[in-house]
Amino acid sequence: MKTFFMAFLLLFLGSGPYPDADEILAKVDANMSARNRVFESTMTIHGRRNSRTITSRSWSEGDARSLTEYLSPAREAGTKMLKLEDRLWIYSPISDRTIQISGHMLRQSVMGSDLSYEDMMEDRKLTDLYEAEVTGEETLDGRATWVLTLTARVEDVAYQTRKVWVDQERFIPLKEELFAKNGQLLKRTELSDVVRVDGRWFPRTVLYKDMLKDGKGTEFHISEIKFDTEIPEYLFSKAALKQ
Amino acid sequence: MIHFLLKGILRDPKRSRLPIIVVSIGVFLTVLLSTWLGGVFGDMVDMNARFDTGHVKIMTRAYAENSAQLPNDLALLGVNDLIDSLETVYPDMDWTPRIRFGGLIDVPDEEGETRAQGPAGGLAVDLLSPDTREIERLDIRGSLVRGRMPETQGEALISDAFAQKLDLEPGEAITFFGSTMYGSMSFYNFTVVGTIRFGSVAMDRGTIIVDIEDARQALDMEDAAGEVLGYFAGGRYDDARAVALRSAFNAEIGERGDEFAPEMLALRDQNDLAGMMDYMDVVAELFVFIFVGAMAVVLWNTGLLGGLRRYTEFGIRLALGEAKGAIYRSLLMEAVLIGLIGSVIGTLAGLGLSAVIQHYGLDFGSMVPNTGMMLPTVYRTKITAQAFYIGFFPGVLSMLLGNALAGIGIYKRQTAQLFKELEV
Repeated sequence: MKTFFMAFLLLFLGSGPYPDADEILAKVDANMSARNRVFESTMTIHGRRNSRTITSRSWSEGDARSLTEYLSPAREAGTKMLKLEDRLWIYSPISDRTIQISGHMLRQSVMGSDLSYEDMMEDRKLTDLYEAEVTGEETLDGRATWVLTLTARVEDVAYQTRKVWVDQERFIPLKEELFAKNGQLLKRTELSDVVRVDGRWFPRTVLYKDMLKDGKGTEFHISEIKFDTEIPEYLFSKAALKQ
Repeated sequence: MIHFLLKGILRDPKRSRLPIIVVSIGVFLTVLLSTWLGGVFGDMVDMNARFDTGHVKIMTRAYAENSAQLPNDLALLGVNDLIDSLETVYPDMDWTPRIRFGGLIDVPDEEGETRAQGPAGGLAVDLLSPDTREIERLDIRGSLVRGRMPETQGEALISDAFAQKLDLEPGEAITFFGSTMYGSMSFYNFTVVGTIRFGSVAMDRGTIIVDIEDARQALDMEDAAGEVLGYFAGGRYDDARAVALRSAFNAEIGERGDEFAPEMLALRDQNDLAGMMDYMDVVAELFVFIFVGAMAVVLWNTGLLGGLRRYTEFGIRLALGEAKGAIYRSLLMEAVLIGLIGSVIGTLAGLGLSAVIQHYGLDFGSMVPNTGMMLPTVYRTKITAQAFYIGFFPGVLSMLLGNALAGIGIYKRQTAQLFKELEV
């Protein structure tokens, strides 16, 4: 009887007054997703031999359409990536060819970084993809976070489960661990440099670490971003790749 | 004496027919297995050496650790200087850089849109230098199925099966899409000028062969190479020499270098070949041993039967005063002669069938496993000098052993009982 009473106390007092996980996730989506956005970014890839930085400009509309143009270094300049729904094309000015990437190639690294094409393409709302559960709270770099465990509710996701540390005040993920179906940790991301842009919180720097690769990871920094701006329709067409 | 015994063997064939047949079959099988093993293992080692491992191979330490993933970001730099110094220190060897790479081959339609696509394994070798030995070493010219050899940069060969899969004809353009040494995207246009078939599962699946300078441009690998392969003069692998060379080279580099320092591997250090090579030696000896043992038992039995048949003959010879030792020695001498006759017949038959299999080969393509080891699909015997004499060991030895055991009975005969036994 005494043991049962203790268990009862632990169950109801020890679990903590966690808010609704779906509500947290919806607030995260409200910060991270937008009708459209335009941004310039630098991607610093830390390899075993050296580090290199690639700059690009991106236009994206919802989770279906996006275009990225690489600006530097010289070898990459003019290379463009167009995503329309679940299809991806890459244009190279050197070879003047447009190649469609599909199948297992989407899991390959982009520019030798810790991001795959799949990672680059995934822009759907977390609430559409995952069932969420609050599994605890932790403090990260002085910020109180909810720890959420997300389990995929659809088949076509790159990561079956995610563990997300969400800032309790700003509802921005500060850290994520991405797992395969077999439970293996595939990637870890750390989000920082959170700023207020157009009434929403947004992390300008993300450190991606592919846990299956050597190296110090890839730092993705957004130098400039605009939300809900006008994007010319022609940009999301294959014809725009060669322009 | 030999002349006398030979006359006996020829004039009384009933006495020698069965032993000769047994010895011939045993020797035939020994010779055939010897040439088969030599051919199969030799082809495997040779194919690995030519296409993948070299007789020795130099990579960076970091590349060697992950070589199966073709990590060109960890490739050797300053390759021209490295090869110059290797040629100075080891002038009797041929050193050649190679780049192995992976990526996607994209075939455009008239509009430049993707018509067909497939993952490719690339091999970049020196195709265009006037003094290159790579074309001969890889037998590229002999492996051409359609089209011609590359003559200028930007021309490529792809495996015939891959070309058929992509519905690609010689003369058509393709684009290679992959990663440069530094991780950037690589797009490089080639014209396919020919298709090839090497007769190896690993090489005939999705291979593209290009000139190394093209690969260097495509993969941003100026003066770099994933591997530098070394071949002994004459193209014949010498395991002891390769191992000694590897040990000396690595000792010279020692602890000086970092993870990008060059490291040499001998052929036996790669593709699990050490186990196979050791296994090959053991198996060859084991076969001879098994045949000697098995045939000795059979010939012992045959000798016992012969001894029974010649019981009277030995009795008369003993009665006439011939020494037991002399009879035993003549029996052994006769066994040697029969063993030699059987060995000659068996060796000729074994060499004959081996020559046929060496010429036509046996195709095991559908049974060859999909492994990292380079495995040919058509296997052939290989007639070496050893095949001409290896059968004589089990042939003569087993006959001698069988008769030596069977002939011991001669010493058990009691002279006093001879006339009674002979019923004279």
